[in-house]
Amino acid sequence: MINDITLKDHTQERRIFLSRLFIGGIIAILLVGFLISRLIYLQIYQHEYYSTASDNNRIYSQSIAPTRGLIYDRNGVLLADNKPSFNLTVIQENVGDLDASIDLIQSLIELPEQDVEDFKQRLRRRSVPFSAVPVSFALNEEEIAKLAVNQFRLPGFQVEAQLVRNYPLGAPIAHALGYLSSITEEELRNLNAEEYRGTHQIGKTGIERFYESLLHGQVGYETVEKNARGQIMNELGRVDPIPGEDLILHLDSNLQLAAWEALGDFRGGVVALDVETGGVLAMVSKPSFDPNLFVAGISQAAYSSLNDPIETPLFNRALAKYAPGSTMKPYIGLAGLDSGVRTREYQVQDPGYFILQGDSHIYHDWTWWTTETGHDLVTLAKAIYQSCDIYFWDMALDLGIDRMADYLAKFGFGENTSIDIPHASRGTLPTRDWKMENLGQPWYPGETLNSAIGQGYTEATPLQLATATMVLANKGKWRQPILLKRAGLLNADIQYESAIPDISLQNPDDWDFMHQAMQDVVHKDDGGYRNNGTAYPHIAMLEKMPYHMAGKSGTAQVIGMAEDFDNDAEVPEQYRDHALFISFAPVENPTIALAVFIEHGVGGSGVAGPIAKTILDAYLLNEIGELKSEFLPNLEPELDRDTNQAPELQLSSIDSIQEEL
Amino acid sequence: MSSSAFVKQLSGDFNNLEKRLSIWTKLNLDPPLLFALVVLTGFGLLVLYSATDGNQAEMRRQIIFIGLAFIVMFSVAQVDVRVMRRWAPLMYLGSLSLLIAVLFFGSTTNGAQRWLDLPGLPRFQPSEIMKIVLPLTLAAYFSRRAIPPGLKHIFWSLVLLGLPAVLIAMEPDLGTALLIGVSGIFVLLLAGINWKLVGSALGVGFLSIPAMWIFYLKDYQQQRILTFLNPENDPLGTGWNIIQSKTAIGSGGIYGKGWLNGVQSRLDFLPEGQTDFIVAVLAEEFGLAGVLFLLVLYIAIIARGLYIAAISSDMFTRLLAGSITLTFFVYVFVNIGMVSGILPVVGVPLPMVSLGGTSIVTLMLGFGILMSIHSHGKTAFRYAN
Repeated sequence: MINDITLKDHTQERRIFLSRLFIGGIIAILLVGFLISRLIYLQIYQHEYYSTASDNNRIYSQSIAPTRGLIYDRNGVLLADNKPSFNLTVIQENVGDLDASIDLIQSLIELPEQDVEDFKQRLRRRSVPFSAVPVSFALNEEEIAKLAVNQFRLPGFQVEAQLVRNYPLGAPIAHALGYLSSITEEELRNLNAEEYRGTHQIGKTGIERFYESLLHGQVGYETVEKNARGQIMNELGRVDPIPGEDLILHLDSNLQLAAWEALGDFRGGVVALDVETGGVLAMVSKPSFDPNLFVAGISQAAYSSLNDPIETPLFNRALAKYAPGSTMKPYIGLAGLDSGVRTREYQVQDPGYFILQGDSHIYHDWTWWTTETGHDLVTLAKAIYQSCDIYFWDMALDLGIDRMADYLAKFGFGENTSIDIPHASRGTLPTRDWKMENLGQPWYPGETLNSAIGQGYTEATPLQLATATMVLANKGKWRQPILLKRAGLLNADIQYESAIPDISLQNPDDWDFMHQAMQDVVHKDDGGYRNNGTAYPHIAMLEKMPYHMAGKSGTAQVIGMAEDFDNDAEVPEQYRDHALFISFAPVENPTIALAVFIEHGVGGSGVAGPIAKTILDAYLLNEIGELKSEFLPNLEPELDRDTNQAPELQLSSIDSIQEEL
Repeated sequence: MSSSAFVKQLSGDFNNLEKRLSIWTKLNLDPPLLFALVVLTGFGLLVLYSATDGNQAEMRRQIIFIGLAFIVMFSVAQVDVRVMRRWAPLMYLGSLSLLIAVLFFGSTTNGAQRWLDLPGLPRFQPSEIMKIVLPLTLAAYFSRRAIPPGLKHIFWSLVLLGLPAVLIAMEPDLGTALLIGVSGIFVLLLAGINWKLVGSALGVGFLSIPAMWIFYLKDYQQQRILTFLNPENDPLGTGWNIIQSKTAIGSGGIYGKGWLNGVQSRLDFLPEGQTDFIVAVLAEEFGLAGVLFLLVLYIAIIARGLYIAAISSDMFTRLLAGSITLTFFVYVFVNIGMVSGILPVVGVPLPMVSLGGTSIVTLMLGFGILMSIHSHGKTAFRYAN
């Protein structure tokens, strides 16, 4: 009985197994049928296509990197070009003993172990047989000669010429242009791999990065016939790469170098803008670095010297935020007039100090530290050209921090308004809400006083200061800062609509009033007690100027100091005040707007002012010290000025059009 | 003819039959399977000679490995597999601890920790051993339980299957982990697991594809799949292999370009032409005819394996033989499918043909088991009669 049941189960189990095995067999037959139909498709129906492809295989395709676009300044001066550099490359399939060859090469030229490691990594990543992999970059002539002599001992190795980026002007322009350097793994992931096959470097900062897609161009292919050893027998065809677009910048290299020189041994940043277009005429940060170092591959020692904590040459001071100090006064003054809080005639009695009700702190004007008096009766005009803090403190209490911030925002503070300088800081424009959000504290009246003279939480970049000065010079008409003037020789200048609304004042005469007050900062010399412009003794008094310059100084505290600390020479350098100066010129026909920032420069009027004047001279004056004709006020119609902008460039562009035709 | 004479003659015939069979039976070998394997390895060497460009050293190595593999097969065939059933738990635990050891002490090549260096033994991959041990263990497990298995036994068998698969995936060697999983799944399927369960498992698998893609697959694995879907996307990079192998196969046509005349492999356009992509070399030089011949050999081996499984006398050997044979088929299908561009590129060699010793030895060990099952099964049957 029991035996019967087990026997029955066995049969049942066997039947289940056999049915499963049968299904497995059927599926296997179907899949084999699928494979066979695939093979029939490939080998019969597609045979012709693949035969051609196989023949074409000897006909070998390799990518050719496009030539990167050149960068010119507004006058046609070359800022970035490509020069040949020689690399040692290897085709692994043609090498006998790779390690022995590497040892031999190391005995001939300098090839650090790290470079060998990098090379081996590149070799592993290679997937196409018979493709050349670079071993060592930027060989000098001696190294090329040594390798050439030993060529017969190094089968598979080859010295290849390659174009690499070159920056003829070097350090002074590095922060504006940016630089090119090796593509990192991470960048590679976000790139179109096809387009960058053959390209080893990519723009890292500045123009080189922002306009990477324009500058790079399109990859090309070369088709060659190769024999079984991978040697090229014949070039059969070629799809030329399309070179990247040439870029023409608003930058004026003469002005850029002049600004670099004018900064002398100071650390600092300078931004100069073309008032009409918003074009960046100069953007200098000092100290700087040689961008060519990054292209060649920078050594560890050189790189660590670029990370000096005080010099910070890689840090772009033109785009970094600092307390702007009294350079904010013209904008806050306009806010006072336009909001109706003050009239031009309104006077404040300045005893040299200011007492805020309910605050034990006594606020002293800057005059207090030389003689313990103030400016006596002060109007807004005098508060500008004498940079009177008392007037602005008094006004700020009526204006209030939020209204003040509203007006400053219209001038671009607290935002990055540039078109193509995305890495610029936005600065800080404090309001009640800002403080509550960021610090979780309510706003105190004393902080309004600090903000009124560009101290406290307020921070702005030299770029923002130059931009605001440009808008002020333009009487409220906005132009957003832009480095690029033109892309490609055949195109006209880039036209763009400013996305930021123009500023219209209740009384448009206030613009002229503020222009005059700022001109007085530099030019007002009439005597009397504390009645000249703060920068007059340092600029207009020293020589007769062929144009009028409008300006405003700023001296910003780096740390709060004991109030009797008046001798700046005693203060350690890193605690000395920052010096700033904003200006535009000529006042009658504003052409250039400028912001100068001097790190720990101490005197806005005394140090930054004369530097600003030197920079303006370099742009506005000709060789014999006269105002260049194109900057003379109201003599030529607008149209002529435009065509005079870049005469050489226009000529060369016409030439090249004719060549193409 | 008298009846006694007839009986005599009949018994004489029986004796002759017995004599003829006994040569192979004594050796415990299965002639049809052996014949197909010999032809297959011979043909494989012919193709490999062309693929390696007549490289003496590599050919010698491969021939030595094939010889070794046949010896392994022969030796395994001498052991009655039913004995192994008793040892299955011990073998399973041993192999599992080797897999754990490889995660700690294994040597790393190309970013994966797959090889184990034990003193006194040649370097080997413990995952290779698991390819045989796992189906053996599961077959032993189910042979002692009711067929079709209940949910509890399915659960425990999945644990037995999952442990080594996860360990191998951690090396990482996703391809082998999947194939080992498949060999285990075959045991379950052959054991009669409910189709509804199979269906819902497949459903869950499909639904978890997006999650696997995001959380589990590594960049290079995602790249392989994307490349499979559209190799022309990156023709000089990751798509290179598959484009070149399709070109090799397609340009071979019906009769091929002739032995040693393959342009693709000769000019080194075809990467991995000696290992995973060797079928492309074969297809280029011997054409569709050559590939069909290869497939006929494989089908013969698989058919014989299924036959052995079908006529086998007990559930343990049935399940084991069935799983070994079907897994062998999966290797063939996955490799040819990948080289001809209907499956993504996973590192599976062409069984018995691709350059590489360990995989051939493991496969022949499997065939040794098949032969043992058949031969000892016959003897057992005879004794029973």
